[in-house]
Amino acid sequence: MAASAVETAVRTGRLTRALIYAALLVFAVYYLLPLFVMMVNSFKELDEIRGGNMLALPELVTIAPWIKAWNQAQIGVQPTGLAPYFLNSIKMVVPAVVISTLLGALNGYVLTKWRFRGDTLLFALMLFACFIPFQIVLIPMARVLGFLGIAGTTWGLVLVHVVYGLGFTTLFFRNYYAAFPTELVKAAQIDGANFLQIFYRILLPSSGPIIVVTVIWQFTSIWNDFLFGASFSDFDSQPMTVALNNLVSSSTGVKEYNVHFAGAILAAIPTLLVYVVAGRYFVRGLMAGAVKG
Amino acid sequence: MSFLVVNGLEKRFGSVEVLKGIDISVPRGGFLVLVGPSGCGKSTLLNTIAGLETVTAGEILIDGVRVNELHPSKRDIAMVFQSYALYPNMNVAKNMSFGMEMRGVPKAERQQVVARVASMLQIEDLLERKPSQLSGGQRQRVAMGRALVRDPKIFLFDEPLSNLDAKLRVEMRTEIQKLHQRLGTTIVYVTHDQIEAMTLATVIAVLKDGVLQQVGTPAEIYNTPANIFVADFMGSPSMNLVPARLDRANGVLVVSLKRADGSTTVLPLHRPSAAAEAFVGRDVILGLRPESIDDAPAAAPDDGAQRHPLEAHVEVTQPTGADTLAMIRLGGREAVARLRAETGARAGERCTFMVDMSKAVLFDPETEQRL
Repeated sequence: MAASAVETAVRTGRLTRALIYAALLVFAVYYLLPLFVMMVNSFKELDEIRGGNMLALPELVTIAPWIKAWNQAQIGVQPTGLAPYFLNSIKMVVPAVVISTLLGALNGYVLTKWRFRGDTLLFALMLFACFIPFQIVLIPMARVLGFLGIAGTTWGLVLVHVVYGLGFTTLFFRNYYAAFPTELVKAAQIDGANFLQIFYRILLPSSGPIIVVTVIWQFTSIWNDFLFGASFSDFDSQPMTVALNNLVSSSTGVKEYNVHFAGAILAAIPTLLVYVVAGRYFVRGLMAGAVKG
Repeated sequence: MSFLVVNGLEKRFGSVEVLKGIDISVPRGGFLVLVGPSGCGKSTLLNTIAGLETVTAGEILIDGVRVNELHPSKRDIAMVFQSYALYPNMNVAKNMSFGMEMRGVPKAERQQVVARVASMLQIEDLLERKPSQLSGGQRQRVAMGRALVRDPKIFLFDEPLSNLDAKLRVEMRTEIQKLHQRLGTTIVYVTHDQIEAMTLATVIAVLKDGVLQQVGTPAEIYNTPANIFVADFMGSPSMNLVPARLDRANGVLVVSLKRADGSTTVLPLHRPSAAAEAFVGRDVILGLRPESIDDAPAAAPDDGAQRHPLEAHVEVTQPTGADTLAMIRLGGREAVARLRAETGARAGERCTFMVDMSKAVLFDPETEQRL
């Protein structure tokens, strides 16, 4: 009786499991198919793409489309390829991520460990920034950038992304530091550490996981942003996303799908890289042992 | 001359009054224990002494200097926290030397001091470890070590033993006591454990709802509690509080306890206070420690006790090994008697007990103050 019950349980378990795996497999294929098509076709000659099957592997592997997308393709006026825009994006993303993460950490530190009257209201208002649509801030932001004299520059874009990202980074750090034992801050105060020393000697070294989360989040969203890039940049400060759009939508005569595919993958590589590298440090438990465990 | 003085201290969080006029003073080298139920304000009081909380009114003096406006790091204090509050990103040596580093002590001297304190606490082999690699007792030692490297005027302990298991707690308690004897530094210690308070303190301050109930030596607190709250809070099992009636018979004051059958037990008072005179003919609360009721033979050695026989019904007995607790009916209430381990009292029987009236106290049932 009991034995048969166990058998049935195992059998239904297997069936359910098979169904789950089948469903997961279908979804995985569904999501990976576009990447597969892009990869395969970026290594094909244009003729082969036009004449053949999009899903087939290349008959003749060529890296010419990649080279062309990187530094030969016509974007805007000059045949520069995506390379200078790639650099523009790096010059914009790195300072924007560093500044917004640091400011978010500082905000979180103040909002949890140096409580003041109205701090929850302030936090709620900052949280509100996460829900403001991009389009609403375009015109006021253009005014601000013009007023500051950094319209159309990379630093203008850095400012835009820092301001827009602050709501998110503050949210992340505030919630992380809310669980950080306040007694540690008190102990450091008695030890004679000042406001900033407590921050970078005690809190920041214990913030690894949340820094990784914030960096991944900020890097991905700033790198992938198109609207701010298209609105607030000049020819010499356009980020990768805008350049990619120009490459794809304004090529002369023939549509070079293989070059477009290669360019799109080039534009996606940094975010993938950040996730692969930083994701490995995405570990919890650095706080173990701070308090009673 | 008092070393630590707390004068008319008040603390308010918004409209909530947490401390209502606290006055305490401790001599140099004294061991002050702040004790009370949770939420009584004892930790807040400690934090105001540490400078982690500002005060609303009143002042705090350390060694004759007003410290109200001083930053915690400038008060020359060291604090051991309930959660130990060890910096998780630093090893033990770094944890201990961080404060010295902040004060700009040269590296060689820092290492020397850490080595000295580590050997004193026997944690030399832990210096390279991170807090996460330590057991509870080891963390406790490191937290004390971090306070000791400072050589402060006052040590502050915020319930330092409450996260340890019972056996370790007793060990560490003894260790803190030894440390105090060796160093002779003034200590302020917060706990909700009245046994810790009794064993460690030279001065106990009992708090309730932000009001200081009584300050005194452990013996004063135990033998002459200021009110019913202190009597009930200090001591385990707590003091028996029995409704009684104060009368005068043959020129001496006596208390009469009602029995279930309507008859009364009369016990003479030993050395009644002047305040008690005013209560003749009125109801009072009689306070008797469990050890004041026993079943030892009446012909006990002359120890100043004033023993009087009392017959009572034993409801249950609880042997603890060292002695046996008996739940008896006294004046219509349940009371506890601490008997010898080899007592003959059995549950369900009527027994004759000897009541030592020399340590009996009386309380006003209205104000709950001692008479």
